[in-house]
Amino acid sequence: AKSSHWKKLLNSFLIPNLSKRKADIISTVEFNHTGELLATGDKGGRVVIFQREQESKNQVHRRGEYNVYSTFQSHEPEFDYLKSLEIEEKINKIRWLPQQNAAYFLLSTNDKTVKLWKVSERDKRPEGYNLKDEEGRLRDPATITTLRVPVLRPMDLMVEATPRRVFANAHTYHINSISVNSDYETYMSADDLRINLWNFEITNQSFNIVDIKPANMEELTEVITAAEFHPHHCNTFVYSSSKGTIRLCDMRASALCDRHTKFFEEPEDPSNRSFFSEIISSISDVKFSHSGRYIMTRDYLTVKVWDLNMENRPIETYQVHDYLRSKLCSLYENDCIFDKFECVWNGSDSVIMTGSYNNFFRMFDRNTKRDVTLEASRENSKPRAILKPRKVCVGGKRRKDEISVDSLDFSKKILHTAWHPSENIIAVAATNNLYIFQDKVN
Amino acid sequence: MFARGLKRKCVGHEEDVEGALAGLKTVSSYSLQRQSLLDMSLVKLQLCHMLVEPNLCRSVLIANTVRQIQEEMTQDGTWRAVAPQAAGRAPLDRLVSTEILCRAAWEQEGARPAPGLGDGHTQGPVSDLCPVTSAQAPRHPQSSVWEMDGPRENRGSFHKSLDQIFETLETKNPSCMEELFSDVDSPYYDLDTVLTGMMGGARPGPCEGLEGLAPATPGPSSSCKSDLGELDHVVEILVET
Repeated sequence: AKSSHWKKLLNSFLIPNLSKRKADIISTVEFNHTGELLATGDKGGRVVIFQREQESKNQVHRRGEYNVYSTFQSHEPEFDYLKSLEIEEKINKIRWLPQQNAAYFLLSTNDKTVKLWKVSERDKRPEGYNLKDEEGRLRDPATITTLRVPVLRPMDLMVEATPRRVFANAHTYHINSISVNSDYETYMSADDLRINLWNFEITNQSFNIVDIKPANMEELTEVITAAEFHPHHCNTFVYSSSKGTIRLCDMRASALCDRHTKFFEEPEDPSNRSFFSEIISSISDVKFSHSGRYIMTRDYLTVKVWDLNMENRPIETYQVHDYLRSKLCSLYENDCIFDKFECVWNGSDSVIMTGSYNNFFRMFDRNTKRDVTLEASRENSKPRAILKPRKVCVGGKRRKDEISVDSLDFSKKILHTAWHPSENIIAVAATNNLYIFQDKVN
Repeated sequence: MFARGLKRKCVGHEEDVEGALAGLKTVSSYSLQRQSLLDMSLVKLQLCHMLVEPNLCRSVLIANTVRQIQEEMTQDGTWRAVAPQAAGRAPLDRLVSTEILCRAAWEQEGARPAPGLGDGHTQGPVSDLCPVTSAQAPRHPQSSVWEMDGPRENRGSFHKSLDQIFETLETKNPSCMEELFSDVDSPYYDLDTVLTGMMGGARPGPCEGLEGLAPATPGPSSSCKSDLGELDHVVEILVET
């Protein structure tokens, strides 16, 4: 039954990172389309890919652990000499391409440059060359008296990552999103003011499909915060803004999609109006449901689900941490109010998940309307420990296991999470550490 | 670290308030809070990462907040009231004030690294979040963790720079906000000032958040960054030649 489902959560695997280096802070997490691979990007420009172990009859209890499969440096820091500014190597987003052959392909991006990486396995190598010896040194042709055909012999598995395309110099502002189109031939990259459409094969050219830069920058009041293609309709995409709006665009309508097809905005609640209203309405993430019928948006305090057919308000609103509403001034002061939390759907679009502070993350079941708060912490992550639901106490008497709002650690924020496409396996990035939780339901 | 709100003391005003009716106290407490929020926002716009481009979304949101406060204060009449000498100031004065604004903050900081504001990450638990004090009028800000008392030891030169900022700000009229995102149409000769300014040392560049000043008249205001797109274009041309 559904209610027992939450209690049985979860096996947990912790992939610990004991260093405190800023470069190791995880900045993006993404499963591939089968869930076999899990990619993480960090502030130091590295990508680490984990692969799920094959289930084996001998070790049933080790079902599906994720182990490191490949690590590579995707982006390096750059210095823009003209502006005297650093371009951070931090990986903002990773998106996988669907697998079409033995190799895996993913897009990774920092603030300015998108790269297409090919990750492939090599488990054989040729041996028996005629002109080279086994160490690769050239042989003296005079000593060659016979000819042989080189053969492929097994070798230890080697996983190589090679950059296949570099898509550079197309963004003046910082890239916040990339999204692979369902045609698998194109993808888009979005920065604060523009969205570009790329063909995977062409790196020196992209089409600008959205441009909200005002002619006079003095008039700038709104920026693009996230963008995504529709999962099935290759002509449709959405982008969200810092004013809490979502625009759905159809690329068939015109080359430049500055005029939206649909405009989603919830009317403001006048009783909640404050100087922080706009900031907390700014959307930090937008995601289509797998079905393509809904979009989910994350703003500072809530997650909202919208029906594509209804523009004037969301169909569901979930409070992530409403107890912060009375602390907005402090959160503005320490800049936490600008934290960009992501949100994800589970494979069947029945559960949504997002992060919070104190290494808490929240799940909302759309059908039962039940929600749960869990914590990604070392203490709770002995192997196969069951996670205990957490609760924040908002005032008055604090019960034994509750934590009060004032004790929350705002430096421990869970901004990035991912959900396996078909199973109840989630990946949660807590600063330097990656947690993988698995539902124990048999 | 500045865990509590920055306060700007309204000289002479507080003593009257203390003895006034509760309603009056609420109103003036609201305007003090609002002023503090304005102060903090303007400082946030200046204090940016010294080497990395500022986050545009954050800057836009803060600028919009400042605009809202300014609009409300203009409607209240409090904006004008604070700066009686503002009327009739020439645009050039306004530009000069803005530049002083940048320099004042920069020089005040001196070798002192920018405090936690604007860094984008907390340094630890936000330890003194307080429960909300009630907002009695609908337009009051929702959260008020400000307290009216208490000297703070750590302000030092930072506090001083804040006052300096606001002395100059008082002379500005509400439309000053537009300059925060104005284009600079003269990217080429700004290059030198930008480069010399940035290369000058490991100090935070307070102008970086101000995205360039509009030289309505050509002036010394161009020590701040120019429009990014035009600079990119410039780079391409320079590199090719």
